[in-house]
Amino acid sequence: MTTLDISTPGPASATGDAVLSFEGLDVTFKTEFGDVHAVKGIDLEVRPGEVVALVGESGSGKSVTSMTALGLLPRNARVGGTVRVGDKVVGALDGKALRDMRGNDVAMVFQEPMTALNPVLTIGDQLTEGLQLHGIAYGKQAMARAADLLAMVGIPEPERRLKQYPHELSGGQRQRVVIAMAIACDPKVIIADEPTTALDVTVQAEILDLLRSLKDKLNTGILLITHNMGVVADMADRVAVMLKGDLVETGTADQVLNHPRHEYTKRLLAAVPHLGAGPGQFGDVAAVTATPDDLPALDLSNLVIEYRRVGKPTFRAVDDVSLSVAQGEIVGLVGESGSGKSTIAKCALGLIPAASGSVSILGSDFRRMKGKDLKALRRRIGVVFQDPASSLNPRLPIGDVIAEPLVVHQEGDDKSRRRRVLELLDAVELPRNAYNRYPHELSGGQRQRVSIARALTLDPELLVADEPTSALDVSVQANVLKMFTALQERYKFACLFVSHDLAVIDLLAHRVVVLQNGRIVEQGPREEVLHHPREEYTQRLIAAAPVPEPLEQRRRREARHALLAQLGDEVTELHVEDDYERPYPTRDEGGNASGLGGFMADGGS
Amino acid sequence: MSDIRNSNPGGEDYEPQISASGTDAVGLAAGGSAAPLPTEDKSYSQGQLVARRFFRHRGAITSMIVLGLLVVVAFTSIGVGPIPGWWPKDYTLQYDKIGDGAPTWEYPFGQDTGGKDYFALVMRGTQFSLIIAFSVGIVSTIVGTVVGALAGFYRGWVESVLMRVTDVFIIIPLLAVAAVLGRMAGDSGIWGLALVLGLVTWTSLARLVRGEVLSLRERDFVLAARAVGTGAWRIITRHVLPSAVGVIIVSATLSISSAILLETSLSYLGFGVQPPDTSLGTLIHDYQAAFSTRPWLFWWPGIMILTIALCVNFIGDGLRDAFDPRQNRTKD
Repeated sequence: MTTLDISTPGPASATGDAVLSFEGLDVTFKTEFGDVHAVKGIDLEVRPGEVVALVGESGSGKSVTSMTALGLLPRNARVGGTVRVGDKVVGALDGKALRDMRGNDVAMVFQEPMTALNPVLTIGDQLTEGLQLHGIAYGKQAMARAADLLAMVGIPEPERRLKQYPHELSGGQRQRVVIAMAIACDPKVIIADEPTTALDVTVQAEILDLLRSLKDKLNTGILLITHNMGVVADMADRVAVMLKGDLVETGTADQVLNHPRHEYTKRLLAAVPHLGAGPGQFGDVAAVTATPDDLPALDLSNLVIEYRRVGKPTFRAVDDVSLSVAQGEIVGLVGESGSGKSTIAKCALGLIPAASGSVSILGSDFRRMKGKDLKALRRRIGVVFQDPASSLNPRLPIGDVIAEPLVVHQEGDDKSRRRRVLELLDAVELPRNAYNRYPHELSGGQRQRVSIARALTLDPELLVADEPTSALDVSVQANVLKMFTALQERYKFACLFVSHDLAVIDLLAHRVVVLQNGRIVEQGPREEVLHHPREEYTQRLIAAAPVPEPLEQRRRREARHALLAQLGDEVTELHVEDDYERPYPTRDEGGNASGLGGFMADGGS
Repeated sequence: MSDIRNSNPGGEDYEPQISASGTDAVGLAAGGSAAPLPTEDKSYSQGQLVARRFFRHRGAITSMIVLGLLVVVAFTSIGVGPIPGWWPKDYTLQYDKIGDGAPTWEYPFGQDTGGKDYFALVMRGTQFSLIIAFSVGIVSTIVGTVVGALAGFYRGWVESVLMRVTDVFIIIPLLAVAAVLGRMAGDSGIWGLALVLGLVTWTSLARLVRGEVLSLRERDFVLAARAVGTGAWRIITRHVLPSAVGVIIVSATLSISSAILLETSLSYLGFGVQPPDTSLGTLIHDYQAAFSTRPWLFWWPGIMILTIALCVNFIGDGLRDAFDPRQNRTKD
């Protein structure tokens, strides 16, 4: 690893002129409802071998900013100011010159690798496309080079992988392919737009390791767009904070994350839940008062859930899981994607049947109930889903959405329902005039509040929350979590809280259950599982979660690498052979890679 | 348009207290970066947004006006049933022919071979074509929506049975079955014919609605409704179908224009509206031989068919753009 002292302004490796610079960038979109001023005159530059993190919440204009570097904005956008990639001014290029620039000078790593790759083309086809378009290599030569690229990003058996399709690869491998495509033409700067948001934490840590070694070894500049402060702390040399189209603060990672000057940055950082800090960050949850003799709010025993598939063997999504949630207790269900945590949540709601085992809510078994009894049981369970955009009926005003459970269970009359809805709107801190609004008029956080209000309409004893804050911005998440803890203290419901975010679980849960591939790996009180994990899987999971503090995160990263070494795993990095030849595109006009001459010395270390 | 708009849930006494709203919104904004609610009290439902976009679609609005005028003229000029219209001549009576029957001020659309007033005849035909078109549109939309929604929501054997029935309807040539059934229903007059045509043209809508419902039923808000204990009927009518209304309305409009053409083809072949009554297709059928000698006998009903079908298609286009604004976002 390159030694990197983050306390000094600008890393030692960042030399030469900026590879990407924005001067007075200003973007306006023309829309049906008038002009939207998305970016308001910002200045920013990325130097070779430097990671600049562009941080902000959704709608702050960070993705729009990055897209201007590629000249890839929709037609209703008007761009002012200058965007320079190397020595080229993006706005002055014509179609052909733009296409030459993309890939050669600036490349992109997208958020969701599944959609960034074409599902009907092989990995080899997609990797060689860029090489052939830019005249770097053709035919067999291109294939050989593609295999080299896959080997560089650490994909085993690259020759075989070239013939495979994206769906045959795991999410992490797909993102590696996307990175391989980005570095195929040896761009001077890579724009990584939320490159790890769609990935699990352990995979995220690997991809970040890969990106870090990429800039060290190839001296590429990286513009990292993210909302995750942990990722910023892990990766960034410099940080730029965006708010509503303006840059409110720029500085080194240490300056911005440890000594923020702007009010917004301070608030943003205070809103990030900190793994290891435990409960109390956003208010206290009520202690569990139930005794072991009381009926558990939810009791799963030896639960097995299977998905029957046509033409394929049955898939066992959940295998022999036993867990219980006492009354008034919050149990965090943690695991990576595909671990079966959402499946368990849906089964606890009675939405999917169990193949065997039992699901009982306050002593009554879901599987033995039908019709009226089942409906009566459902009264006692509330549910909050992950995506606030899809969990509210777009055609119903908020008041109707929240009152719906009352109507379904035929409780009260119009007046009492209305009273209850207004009471709940107060409880979730929404203005009362939200009553007649429609979901699309609310922000994501407000919608999630509506979701929570609806879940609480019938005063449930059990709340099942499936990733309720994962789709929200950090500051919104903090508010929702604060409100959630306050509500839990007030209504004392039991909760099965499903999340992949260990920090959120750390501040909410009384007990934690860790799942892997449909089986329980570890379960116990929060302090035990999250702070002194016994199982190897839990240790890996916790080690991979980044914290929003650069120095601490560096310690954690080194500890993680030590853990991996101890477990006999390799640390992900870019494998650059000594005879790695930088590609020289034959049709390159003007701008070439000569400014990056010093790379070999770096690459060999 | 009123059917796609959300009805106000509880009448007047549901009006919330707006007075305190300003301070509330500010308080919320201070609590975090959550954007305050729009400060103006105008609240657009999805339906209102759609209406707004629709009324900006010039082609659709023009077509709406033209079609509206056509409907008004067709029904008021010669009257409906016992109610007399403002046009002095009757479509059943034969008048003295002026010359070869070419259009004059007296007979603006000319006269047919027997001396009947062609304007009155064409208006009568237009009435029938419009009645058939709209009834077919309504019947096929109802049947298609019900079949599609049930199949998509319940899946399993319900879906298998319904969709196999749909397949059977699709593989039988539409014109043939419509001709046979139309002949059988001919005795019950125009309404029987309209009903029969509606009952054989619902298939494409059923498949569209099923597809839409299949994706909607997996959405979180439907799951949330099920988790609360909402019954199937309420989920379908309140949560699923309102979201599919765009597909349904657009498809209904387009089925109206295809019904006009279907009725025309049937009548042209002699299986549709039977004499002494007439429709646009029957008129074309009767005077196809006159095309070169007395072209107005062919052109007037032809233009009517074209105008109605074009207008309805334009309206359908406008509706589709209104429901799916992503299709032409960059228009400026």
